[in-house]
Amino acid sequence: MTLYSRVIGAFRPQKRLNRSFAVSFMLFGLLLGFGAFMVLPLIYTVNNAFKPLDELFIFPPRFLVRNPTLENFTDLMVIMGNSWVPFTRYIANTLLITLVGTAGHILLASAAAYPLAKFKFPGSSILFKIVVLSLMFSPHVTAIPNYLVMSQLGWINTQAAIIVPSLAFSLGLFLMKQFMEQIPDALIEAAKIDGANEYRVFWQIVMPNVKPAWLTLMILQFPALWGTDGGSFIYSENLKTLHYALSQVIQGGIARAGVGAAVALLLMTVPILLFIISQSSVIQTMATSGMKE
Amino acid sequence: MVQIHNTTEPALQGLAGGPIKESRLAQLWKDIKKSKHYYFMMSPYMIIFFLFTVIPVVVSFGLSFFYFNMLETPRFIGWENYSRLLLGDDVFMIALKNTFLFAVITGPLSYIACFLFAWLINELSPFVRSLMTLVFYAPSISGNVFFIWLIVFSGDSYGYLNGFLMKIGVLLEPVIWLQNEKYILPIIIIVQLWLSLGTSFLAFIAGLQTVDQTLFEAGAMDGIRNRWQELWFITLPSMRPQLMFGAVMQITASFAVAEVSIALAGFPSVNYAGHTVVTHLMDYGTLRFEMGYASAIATILFAIMLGTNMMTQKLLRKVGE
Repeated sequence: MTLYSRVIGAFRPQKRLNRSFAVSFMLFGLLLGFGAFMVLPLIYTVNNAFKPLDELFIFPPRFLVRNPTLENFTDLMVIMGNSWVPFTRYIANTLLITLVGTAGHILLASAAAYPLAKFKFPGSSILFKIVVLSLMFSPHVTAIPNYLVMSQLGWINTQAAIIVPSLAFSLGLFLMKQFMEQIPDALIEAAKIDGANEYRVFWQIVMPNVKPAWLTLMILQFPALWGTDGGSFIYSENLKTLHYALSQVIQGGIARAGVGAAVALLLMTVPILLFIISQSSVIQTMATSGMKE
Repeated sequence: MVQIHNTTEPALQGLAGGPIKESRLAQLWKDIKKSKHYYFMMSPYMIIFFLFTVIPVVVSFGLSFFYFNMLETPRFIGWENYSRLLLGDDVFMIALKNTFLFAVITGPLSYIACFLFAWLINELSPFVRSLMTLVFYAPSISGNVFFIWLIVFSGDSYGYLNGFLMKIGVLLEPVIWLQNEKYILPIIIIVQLWLSLGTSFLAFIAGLQTVDQTLFEAGAMDGIRNRWQELWFITLPSMRPQLMFGAVMQITASFAVAEVSIALAGFPSVNYAGHTVVTHLMDYGTLRFEMGYASAIATILFAIMLGTNMMTQKLLRKVGE
């Protein structure tokens, strides 16, 4: 019972109705069962990345690694190093897209969210309604005209084709606006009385106060860009991304299964670490993520 | 003159007739000029947003009435794309059926799972809570790693599922899971569910933490007898905004299944068993270059999503009543 209360009871406020132990037991059994379903494939990927070749092809397949090795990672560097474009190039491309896309998105979405959250002016409510409406369509709906716009702008086969549209991701503006509404008006008015203009208020008062929301936008945007394969916009080999390189390795066949697992580990580690670091802030922002009725 | 009239004698506004319209326009112009800094701050985002989201949706709708193959100039053909799509395209009907199956199964299931797990996790102690949050959220951010499931469902005996089932004696020979029409759809649904505890799951966890705890005490005095009533009458109505937000996210995701299907079952999948509206759209848009036809598909998809969202939001308003 002490373990039970340490895991479950600690957070429960005193004056709450009790649920029978049997029901609790069942519900938390469910939680554990599904938790295992969620996490096992990820643990399996981690283990696979460290398996030597003979362990990868044992029958029946074994879940955990016995003799961990870094072979797969060194092989990865060798295979990719021999290819026409060095592997580091793919990492650099992905980093460029991810960092510029994420930072730019946070900045642009914040700048657009601040007026919408704090002031009423002609067009503000209709603009926000369009943003909310656009949460409802999947990017596939816009894919074709997007391609036409890109080719008109001459952005096909440039990284701008991936980065620029991602700067105006509508979920980001929506969450940022909901979060900024929590900032007390008095704070903004005080700053204005002290002589700060709109831009200074935004930069020195509002932005430092919405750090949790930045982290949330980062955690939503980063994995999406980190996992981009360039879609139908990028054709040049030396502009391609890590995810694209990974799918090439996987198509290389079963002999490269270990190397594929190594790249998979590389791809999933970065977003997961980022989430671990920013978890509490992200949840704080989500608490304000309501649709206004 | 007009403005003075308005500010000094507001009671007469209704009688003045014509001048009011003019003064409203003047007022509007004044408001716009006063807000120029706001427009300026919003402009970078809004320009990109309109250029790559709003205008494409409008253009896509417009294009759906044209025959357009990227080479010739578009030719207006009216409703022909739609009639061909709805009456003459058997594959579209398969895609539509699959998409609705996905939406009907993964939509509600993932929505309920998001809430159920968030609700259970919320009662855990802080450390265990953040650990479990990570466990459930991790698949959706490591999302592109879903080819792990290719290894699980691989068609030879090295495939994890085959290996396991053969070891315990259920199977004698490996099953080629991803080439068999019977299994493709269920497998995509399982993987899609695995990926689906994303943004709305986090929103629900956060929403649960903001529920006012004193409401529970008040509820107990007002005759709420068990935890299920507590859930229905107090917890759910208190987090209605997050529930709405989560519904939009889950519905959009469950109608847009494509990547998982392509990664697991191939493109096109065996006998179109894993074909969805979005893969049909990709087929016409990126392989056959029939842009007008693809735009008609996109328009129908958008209409379905919008309709479902509105219906769901109406239903959600009834929660806790």
